[in-house]
Amino acid sequence: MLFVTTFVAEIMPQLNHYQDTICAPATAQGTGAIAIIRLSGNKAHTIIEKIFRKKNLKRFTAKEVKTHTLHFGEIYSDNTLLDEVLISIFKNPHSYTGEDMIEISCHGSLYIQQQIIQLLVHNGARMAKAGEFTLRAFLNKKLDLSQAEAVADLIASDSEVSHKMAMQQMRGGFSNEINLLREQLIQFAALIELELDFSEEDVEFANREELKNLIEQLKNKIQSLAESFSLGNVFKLGVPVAIIGKPNVGKSTLLNALLNENRAIVSEIPGTTRDTIEEEITLGGIHFRFIDTAGIRHSNDRIEKIGIEKTYEKIKQASVVLYLFDTIKDTASEVEHDVSEIKNKLSDANTPLLTIGNKIDEGTGEQTTLLYSDTLSPLFISAKTGKNLSLLKEKLLSLINTNVLQSEQSIVSNTRHYEALQKSLQSIHNVQQGLNNNISSELLALDIRDALRHLGEITGAIDIDKDILGTIFSRFCIGK
Amino acid sequence: MQFDYDIIVVGAGHAGCEAAAAAANLGSRVLLITMNMGTIAQMSCNPAMGGVAKGQIVREIDALGGCSGIISDKSAIQFRMLNLSKGPAMWSPRTQNDRILFSIFWREFLEKTPLLDFWQDTVCSLLTEKNRIVGVKTNLGVTFKSKAVILTNGTFLNGVIHIGEKQFGGGRIAEKESVGITEQLREFGFTSGRMKTGTPPRIDGRSLDFSKMEEQKGDENPQKFSFLKEIEPLTKQRSCFITYTNPIVHEILKTGFEKSPMYSGRIKGTGPRYCPSIEDKINRFSERERHQLFIEPEGWNTVEIYVNGFSTSLPEEVQMKALNNVPGFENAKMFRPGYAIEYDYFPPTQLKNTLETKLIENLFFAGQINGTTGYEEAAGQGLIAGINAHLKIRDKDSFVLKRDQAYIGVLIDDLITKGTEEPYRMFTSRAEFRILLRQDNADLRLTELSYKLGLATEERMKSVLEKTKHAKSIINYFKKESISPEEINPLLVEKNTPEINKKTKIFTLLSRPQLNIQHFISIQKIGFELEKYNQESIIQAEINMKYEGYIEKEKEVALKMQRLDELRISKEIEYSQIESLSSEAKEKLIKIKPETLGQASRISGISPSDISILMVYIGR
Repeated sequence: MLFVTTFVAEIMPQLNHYQDTICAPATAQGTGAIAIIRLSGNKAHTIIEKIFRKKNLKRFTAKEVKTHTLHFGEIYSDNTLLDEVLISIFKNPHSYTGEDMIEISCHGSLYIQQQIIQLLVHNGARMAKAGEFTLRAFLNKKLDLSQAEAVADLIASDSEVSHKMAMQQMRGGFSNEINLLREQLIQFAALIELELDFSEEDVEFANREELKNLIEQLKNKIQSLAESFSLGNVFKLGVPVAIIGKPNVGKSTLLNALLNENRAIVSEIPGTTRDTIEEEITLGGIHFRFIDTAGIRHSNDRIEKIGIEKTYEKIKQASVVLYLFDTIKDTASEVEHDVSEIKNKLSDANTPLLTIGNKIDEGTGEQTTLLYSDTLSPLFISAKTGKNLSLLKEKLLSLINTNVLQSEQSIVSNTRHYEALQKSLQSIHNVQQGLNNNISSELLALDIRDALRHLGEITGAIDIDKDILGTIFSRFCIGK
Repeated sequence: MQFDYDIIVVGAGHAGCEAAAAAANLGSRVLLITMNMGTIAQMSCNPAMGGVAKGQIVREIDALGGCSGIISDKSAIQFRMLNLSKGPAMWSPRTQNDRILFSIFWREFLEKTPLLDFWQDTVCSLLTEKNRIVGVKTNLGVTFKSKAVILTNGTFLNGVIHIGEKQFGGGRIAEKESVGITEQLREFGFTSGRMKTGTPPRIDGRSLDFSKMEEQKGDENPQKFSFLKEIEPLTKQRSCFITYTNPIVHEILKTGFEKSPMYSGRIKGTGPRYCPSIEDKINRFSERERHQLFIEPEGWNTVEIYVNGFSTSLPEEVQMKALNNVPGFENAKMFRPGYAIEYDYFPPTQLKNTLETKLIENLFFAGQINGTTGYEEAAGQGLIAGINAHLKIRDKDSFVLKRDQAYIGVLIDDLITKGTEEPYRMFTSRAEFRILLRQDNADLRLTELSYKLGLATEERMKSVLEKTKHAKSIINYFKKESISPEEINPLLVEKNTPEINKKTKIFTLLSRPQLNIQHFISIQKIGFELEKYNQESIIQAEINMKYEGYIEKEKEVALKMQRLDELRISKEIEYSQIESLSSEAKEKLIKIKPETLGQASRISGISPSDISILMVYIGR
């Protein structure tokens, strides 16, 4: 039944006479030092007034400034400084969409962008749907009719991309977990609907205590999922990179070298477990977390064995494994042995493994490289002189790119998932309260359907009513 | 003898009767053609009206000035308000009816309708000119001309009855089927399908031992369907009884499976999942040791009994032997066996929201021909088809109920937008605005719309205005007046809800789940205030106050949907030319041809991005 409202809730905001405020990154990510986030809609100006302060914390008032002007200041989340930014203000109808608009130029870090977008959403904006800025521009007559086909294409292809993105991000269990939760909720909804539509039938109804337990479980699961999405694991903690190598192989030198070249913004995140983290570094807009390990030498020493086990655990958690060896001391066969050992321990065979030979500035120098086989194809660097360091960075970034951790789409779908999970959590919370207050089932059903709708926004399943009725008819003997 | 009418209605079941009455009462000259004047408004299946979701539909029909509510009340032998333990949106009126009286009252009512004529005959073909209907031809060779035709053929189109291995043509037991119309419509380009339904055996009540069954009485204070004041609630009632099948019964039934038309594949049509035959129940839910049977009397003065829950098409001797093992049925005698019937229907996506067909102008379909099941669903469609046929031939704006206005609106929108693969029955869960679509406010939702058409009487309109006014003043009183801790705390303690420590608005207290308006009547000044109003207005006010939050929430969503429904899609739009649409979307849109963006959004398989794309094309 609420199947229909599902749709309405998704589509209605796109109508021009229903102006809610949308936001999204406008620039491609990962390469630029600066990124632009767009905000459009009738609340765009009031939202920016809430989070943007001019120098010396002076309030910014949109009314007092002219359209098409640029303002320097800072963005605050509560009282925490997020970033120094420039904002451009556009007043309707003189903007791309024809609505009130703000463009925020912030630092290019994905983490920063994610934080700012999250802040905009918390203050009443909504993540834009695929192609929505352009759609609004079109509906507000900012684009020519001849551009209709192009606009339609954009919507179609954007939504395809974002769906693909969502599915990719969801790999690794999220999507299964959400489908499972949805399944359980549908069972729950079916029980409630059974009571309502088939109260005259000889079927047993779920007792309230069982329902309460189920909803409590669901709530906990959605909560932990939402938390894991809250900033997007990756953006919050950085891309985990495990560095493996013997103690004197030059790890610290390498990290320092990377650090020195990149004085990008690195935020302190309270609550992060730092004991195993050596360094957090932002390279080309991507936040990396380098994890030091104890090395992988074979040993009979019991304590050392524990250390090695820990190393393997780290390898399993890492998105990228960086194996560093010493071109002077380590022999080719030793390196080959280590590499195959590490590969065996990877939890996902697709996790990229970078083999890096350090210290090419010493000893026999670059000739050493010839000793290592083509199949390993190591990257040779000197952490000390900085030689080939930029190659290493490029390599790291390209690995991340193919891993879909980058691009503005990942922020978008990440924020969407977060929004959807938060909303379903709220609905579940309402169901729980309703159960406690003993409210009648048709009211419970409203909130359950809301929750289902929000979960469906992630999984793409939207026909709730059909699912619920289908469940009822397959599970219960209904009908006189 | 007249051979030229405004509107011809073919079939005099629940859909046909409502259609004919509505059109004639609006001022059209109507001819009702039925195969048998003796079976007008037959209750072919169970002798009952209403129930969950269906009861709301009957109330809506009544509020719109239809007749099913009045006739159900007048022929009722028992009244129950179902789901009273749930919230008011779920309260659902249901009556047991005297089958014969029901039919007699309908015929009497129709006979008193001045512009309505009758003709007993079978329509064998439709007359058209340039894709427009102009009349019908009958088996007797008579030709009637008309500007519009409403087909309400029920289960008669190529009907085939099955009992065990026996199989014969028929529209109902002992009545002939209708041949020719399906074939002709298919030639016009319509798609048809096959559906199946069934009915249980009828038993001689004198042979039953009711002492072995549980009695199910009617409500102590019976209410009624009709909003009309002159219709009185029941003063005496007949009881129903409940008994159960058991494993022995199931074993006996299984012996008939190999002769069952269901399992031998002789029946091809799709039956409803929610109205399974008894053989289907024991087959699909083999773990259940018993199934509930409702033993329903067929009227005041008959011993005939309807065995609700025992729908079957097994051989009659198996039916009988199995029943004889049901407690209370040891010596049961049968009047006639249960049977299954297969019939033609036309997938309703071939209709407009007025129930006019897209292919033939001024031809309307209502009832089982559209793949629905149930008297109430049929009657609701009949009413809408009758009204719209009348409006159409006068070039007036169509009359369409929206999903947030009526279950009838949900029904028709579902049918024309999603179609149906099994006989469609209404459930409250099909309505996204079910908090708004309550039985108590059907008159407030609909009577004014019908009054403006000229169908609902002034008397109905007046009582709606009075109810609205009274409910408003009660709400105002509750929102304005405060109550002191001394006055209310004893009640709050008794109801186990926190006491108040300062003067509080009565309205605020009413929102507590533990309290209802009746509790406040015991408090002198409030009770005195409420005395001025009738019960209906008090209930209306209470529901509106107690559920204000939910009602407002649904109204808000309804408003959004309304905007989407206001965006009309041009008939000229060429979906196949829109490259960006997914191929599934194109296919569905071409097939359904939605009239608005709202309707398009409700087609299954259409995604939000498809709608955004359409938005671009329908312009700004």
